[in-house]
Amino acid sequence: MQRFLRLHAPAALLDRDNIDTDQILPAAFMRGISPDYAAGLFGLWRRDPAFVLNRPGWTNAAILVSGTNFGCGSTREHACWALEEFGIRVLIAGSFGEVFRDNCVRNGILPIIAAPEALETLRQLLRSSASPVQLDVDLPAQRVTAPDFTMDFTCPPADKIALLEGLDEIGMTLLNATALSQWEAQERDRRPWRQSLEMPE
Amino acid sequence: MATLFDKIWNAHAVGQRADGRWLVYVDRHVIHDLHAPHAFSKLRKTGRAVRRPDLTVAVTDHMVSTSAGRTDTTIPGSAPFLAQTRAGAAEFGIHLLGTDSAMQGIVHVISPELAIALPGSTVACPDSHACTVGGIGALGLATGTTEVVHVLATQTIAWNKPRQMRITLNGTLAPDVTAKDLILFVIGHWGSDMARGHAVEFAGPVVRALPVEGRMTLCNMVTELGGRTGLIAPDHSVTDWLRGRACAPQGAHWDAAAADWSSLCSDDDAVFDRDLSVDCTALEPHITWGTDPAHVVGLSGLIPDPRHAPAGLQDDLHRALDYMKLQPGQPIAGTPIDRVFIGSCTNARLSDLQAAAGVVAGQHVAATVRASVVPGSTTVRREAEALGLHRVFIDAGFEWGEAGCSMCAGVNGEEGAPGQRIVSTTNRNFAGRQGPGVMTHLASPATAAAAAIAGRIVNRRGTQ
Ligand code: SF4
Repeated sequence: MQRFLRLHAPAALLDRDNIDTDQILPAAFMRGISPDYAAGLFGLWRRDPAFVLNRPGWTNAAILVSGTNFGCGSTREHACWALEEFGIRVLIAGSFGEVFRDNCVRNGILPIIAAPEALETLRQLLRSSASPVQLDVDLPAQRVTAPDFTMDFTCPPADKIALLEGLDEIGMTLLNATALSQWEAQERDRRPWRQSLEMPE
Repeated sequence: MATLFDKIWNAHAVGQRADGRWLVYVDRHVIHDLHAPHAFSKLRKTGRAVRRPDLTVAVTDHMVSTSAGRTDTTIPGSAPFLAQTRAGAAEFGIHLLGTDSAMQGIVHVISPELAIALPGSTVACPDSHACTVGGIGALGLATGTTEVVHVLATQTIAWNKPRQMRITLNGTLAPDVTAKDLILFVIGHWGSDMARGHAVEFAGPVVRALPVEGRMTLCNMVTELGGRTGLIAPDHSVTDWLRGRACAPQGAHWDAAAADWSSLCSDDDAVFDRDLSVDCTALEPHITWGTDPAHVVGLSGLIPDPRHAPAGLQDDLHRALDYMKLQPGQPIAGTPIDRVFIGSCTNARLSDLQAAAGVVAGQHVAATVRASVVPGSTTVRREAEALGLHRVFIDAGFEWGEAGCSMCAGVNGEEGAPGQRIVSTTNRNFAGRQGPGVMTHLASPATAAAAAIAGRIVNRRGTQ
């Protein structure tokens, strides 16, 4: 997975709450076996030439700012792949869908939960600017800055390490491989019916 | 003083990982054709093996065609998904339930139906409605694709223990009120975000009185409450329901398993982070009007007026009304419709089809409506045909499909046309979920069937 350290990039505002993964990547764009997910990002909304990611200056946005409950709905990780392939590396929102948030970290995208007032200030800043606003996102310092704007954020330590180091999660889990094998051996005695699955032909 | 969730968690917590997450053992891993190709290719790229292919099952459901006489190429775009799922299953030694299997069907329908899921077991699946198996007291774990690879390679998921919530449903249900009406009501009552970060347990007399299949419908839509998993304590009806099913434990193992399941309930003194209750006696059948599962109204009710909503919600309501082309203050009953879809892991088990058939028997679908029934599994389809239900539907003008997800998410291309209004027994009514510009109303099989006949949403109580 891609590492994340710092980023200086234009931010796009999606000025609403409850953006579900069906909006982030509509099902039609999941139909190919290895499709162009970037083309499907906000696929239905991008039909509108006035949609922010179609506007000059925002087509290379790498930061999205939105309201609460961003990424709710379907667990499709394809939504994260679409964001990542489009070039989005940071999401700033009031809250996130639970599995979606985990999926972002696994794909090297930093999901930042912003406090209500800071988020409102940031949204206002983006709303009132006719040209793209560049944000600095610094993960080690846990800070987002722009001219006249500073916001500190928290990031769960495990996610921070994973993003900074681009960690292989499976490798981390297999550090517990001995415990896992012991557990399976004990479980075979305790509840043998769970350690086997007989499929009739 | 343990909750049901604690008991299952404790019996599966293998240890804590270096980053603080708990490794929770996965007893059964059920993967499907939408995610399996990606997962298999990631496994190959990283040179990993599947740790427990013997505890893993692959199913084709999301991408398959559900039209009668289907083949793997009926939907050309689906063919590579099906081929790669089959090839990967063979390569990694995983049992495949493809369209040539009599046990094929939607992941969450076949998991309990074949007793792949068992009470007290953990069942991981890369679909957000994995929580359906909570209806038999199994812990469903919805995963993303990277997580599928993790489960394949390690047979665990890495999880922070969630907070816990109990929802006690008191009273008794009126005879025409189903599990679907109940869960729509609960979501409308508390909102589609209320269970975020929580494992939910449903309890109370209404739950105890629900048939096993209805309990699955109830748990299915925990996702639409924002929760990752839902549970109902298994009782004798669950044990009876599971006995003799395809993968159920046999002989002495069955006796030991059944004895083990009898301890699967929250202790009397168990403490929940949130403990809620509601009386359900006065409930009527429900339906959604908008684009969020919490946009719910009783069939005798009126489409809400944003002017009476809290200021922060008004924009959302206006947007939903615009999308759904509905007028505030009008009765929901009487709204003309174009299509009806009876299917999905929410409502396509045999009892759901029986309820719908009971409504349509001897009548005909309205001339303006296209209606279809897609059984949740090939087993359900066969059982329904043995009872003659397919004749009831076909004679009434319904299409009778093969098992699969079909129009639930429409990932295989089976979807509505722009501007169509659908009454659907599925679980999500997001804008565009069933096709761009499609307007979805979520309801029970009986309510959907009645709408197909009338050509409009009907208040069944008002017409009886
Ligand atoms: S029927 Fe719908 S919710 Fe259920 S598994 Fe299929 S796509 Fe997912």
